[in-house]
Amino acid sequence: MKALAARRHDRRAPVVLLLLALLLTGGLYAVLAPTSAKAESSVASADDVKAGEKLFQANCATCHGPSAAGTASAPSLIGVGAAAVDFQVGTGRMPMQMNGPQAQVKPAQFDDEQISQLAAFVASLGAGPAIPTDDQVDPSKGDPATGMALFRTNCAMCHNAVGAGGALSRGKFAPNLWETSPRHLYEAMLTGPQSMPVFNDANITSEEKRDIIAFIDEQGNVSPGGLDLGSIGPVSEGLWAWVVGLGLLIGAAVWIGAKSS
Amino acid sequence: MTTTSTPTPTARAAAATADYLDQRTGIGVAVKTFARKIFPDHWSFLLGEIALYSFVTLLISGVFLTMFFVPSMAETTYHGPWASLNGVEMSQAFSSTLRLSFEVRGGLLMRQVHHWAALIFMASIVTHMMRVFFTGAFRKPRELNWVVGFTLMILGLLAGFSGYSLPDDVLSGNGLRITDGVVKAIPIIGSYMSYFIFGGEFPGNDLIPRLFTVHILLVPALILALIGLHLLFVVLHKHTQYPGSGRSDKNVVGFPLFPIYVAKAGGYFFVVFGVIALMAATMTINPVWNYGPYDPSPVSAGAQPDWYMLFLEGSLRLMPGQAEVMLGQYTLSLNVIIPAMIVPGVLFTLLAAYPFIEAFATGDNREHHVLDRPRNRPFRTAFGVSLLVAFFILVLAGSNDLIATHFHLSINDITWVFRFLLFLGPWAAFVITKRICLGLQRKDRELVLHGHETGRIVRFASGEYIEVHKPLDAHERWLRVQHDAVRPVEIEPAEDSRGVRRKGYRTDRLRQRISQVFYEDRVEPVTPSELEAAHHAHGGHDEIGSHDHGHEPAQVGGGQHLVEPDGETGPDARNH
Repeated sequence: MKALAARRHDRRAPVVLLLLALLLTGGLYAVLAPTSAKAESSVASADDVKAGEKLFQANCATCHGPSAAGTASAPSLIGVGAAAVDFQVGTGRMPMQMNGPQAQVKPAQFDDEQISQLAAFVASLGAGPAIPTDDQVDPSKGDPATGMALFRTNCAMCHNAVGAGGALSRGKFAPNLWETSPRHLYEAMLTGPQSMPVFNDANITSEEKRDIIAFIDEQGNVSPGGLDLGSIGPVSEGLWAWVVGLGLLIGAAVWIGAKSS
Repeated sequence: MTTTSTPTPTARAAAATADYLDQRTGIGVAVKTFARKIFPDHWSFLLGEIALYSFVTLLISGVFLTMFFVPSMAETTYHGPWASLNGVEMSQAFSSTLRLSFEVRGGLLMRQVHHWAALIFMASIVTHMMRVFFTGAFRKPRELNWVVGFTLMILGLLAGFSGYSLPDDVLSGNGLRITDGVVKAIPIIGSYMSYFIFGGEFPGNDLIPRLFTVHILLVPALILALIGLHLLFVVLHKHTQYPGSGRSDKNVVGFPLFPIYVAKAGGYFFVVFGVIALMAATMTINPVWNYGPYDPSPVSAGAQPDWYMLFLEGSLRLMPGQAEVMLGQYTLSLNVIIPAMIVPGVLFTLLAAYPFIEAFATGDNREHHVLDRPRNRPFRTAFGVSLLVAFFILVLAGSNDLIATHFHLSINDITWVFRFLLFLGPWAAFVITKRICLGLQRKDRELVLHGHETGRIVRFASGEYIEVHKPLDAHERWLRVQHDAVRPVEIEPAEDSRGVRRKGYRTDRLRQRISQVFYEDRVEPVTPSELEAAHHAHGGHDEIGSHDHGHEPAQVGGGQHLVEPDGETGPDARNH
């Protein structure tokens, strides 16, 4: 304590205090922040459907029509299934924030219970793909090598070789997949949101979808060679070769040249 | 060693060894000559050294890689630590690259050293070439060395491309497939050429061993030989130097090779190696395990070549597909021929031939050892910048999908913008650069004639205000007036005095036309008589006439005043 007191007026003290304060705030936030509850709806009751309809009329009917049959500005939702709702609303894409080339991801507007109620309502309109079980989307049960082969044949041309994302026409894009939850990945394959094609179970089986999820799960975590530079290929490598490599080397050359004169 | 009267045992041993070698090889003469050789000092003279040292780094790391790489397209099944590829069928080339990356100690580091060094190698060659171009270091007697350097750059491209394709991954295979397409687009012989190169239908089973020989034997041997020639020329021609007082085409002002440049250049090797090693240790390059073993069907988003080939990718991406023509039952793939052969052909031919074009236009047969300041050759500088702009636009066009995702733009719009920019950008860059050069030259003229502004305002008894200008010292002035005024060549008339048509008139007229394009717009350096006139005008109000030629009236302000140089900074005190 005495040593600390003696150094109380060190000029670095404010910086240290600030860092400690930031750590404390961050720590408290991590402890106290609400953790997202796990989706736990397997069987939808009639009440759920009713509550879902209310939510639908209040939030979705403006574009999708009061009977969810679609309007000029939005598609019909009859037969899209619970999986489509869970994906679109669960990733925040719907309700759509603004018009644009495609609906953007944003923090989900509804909680898990409301999403499951909405899903139950839309599912009641017509038969469609259901929300997958936890077992179907468990990356630890899939084979990443099979997933790799499937991914690069079916997905990589838009989403990049490891799912870092890529461009589509006219401002649309295939998003990065590393932060997407396994359930949403599965639902996206099953329902084909926006520009994405549908990969139904006849096309890519349920087990194969899990393999793909296992492959994506491997990406973005481990990078054996150091910083991954965005995993977007040789363009970023070339950029860093010029900026870091030639930058440092020319800097050193100027330094060596300046030493004599 | 001469300071001590009794040499240490080490010094004695060294002397004995040197003497032994000298008596048998006569190397003493060479060492003496080289040790005393003078080189001028400037940081930009080290750019070529980056290329040399990154090539040495490439050789060292490349030798390591050949110990473990298997150049074979034979099929095998991978079993190793990378889970996403476990049990996948692949070529031995790819599986040995994986083994090299994940199982050989230091293997991944060496692979990354090799690849980063390759990118730095090409980048430093281009930067070095820019320095040589913009300072006019390619003028007589160095035109041939420019061609050698240009050939080295092409060989560098070849080395990079052949090495990049060796791991047999999807990404480099996509590049090979494009190459195959380009070869097939050659009229008449295209498909035969493709079968010849790939040993049958693409991809065949021969390509990796063939590329291996090209990459580790043929190209490096040629590069080594040409580097030797390149450096031999540097020694023969002596090094160029930047203009300055005391420097002329007949001398070299600088420091001796030993000990100054032995230390600087030797130290710089370790800096280059160190930077490359640092990059390799911290930044992933070419993670082939992400792309997977080659298979002709998949192409992933963001498929691009290394930066030095990116301009070709961009050129292909910009070309509208409708350019394919049917001639009877034959297809003429102009949609491939134009972007993949004509565009790089034009860029490279202009680059390689430029010294000869300029020499023709200048009609100048003298040797040049003092470099130009880029502003003093407006056409050349503007031409170089416009070539670079064209290259850069093609590079950006090759990255159009990444620009689209990272800046939230429409890829279609980007492509259309680049299609127009490819033609408008170099033109605009040419005009703007030339204006800037001429403007800087005018600024130089004004400085020489009127000196620096001092901010000191003096009022005369008559009530008149003037700002006092401080004249340039001799060194500052020399830098701004030393260059030659290059004017368009004047030619003899078409017919001689007796009305007989003169031989060679047509060539001369061509030379005159080109020369006018090069040198019509110019600002000439201040002549001694103009300087004298400016000095005499001091105190008076008369405008100082500047003799300007062509379309460019120089904007030298009138009515400014010079003060007499005071004794200490007398203009001629230091230089004579």
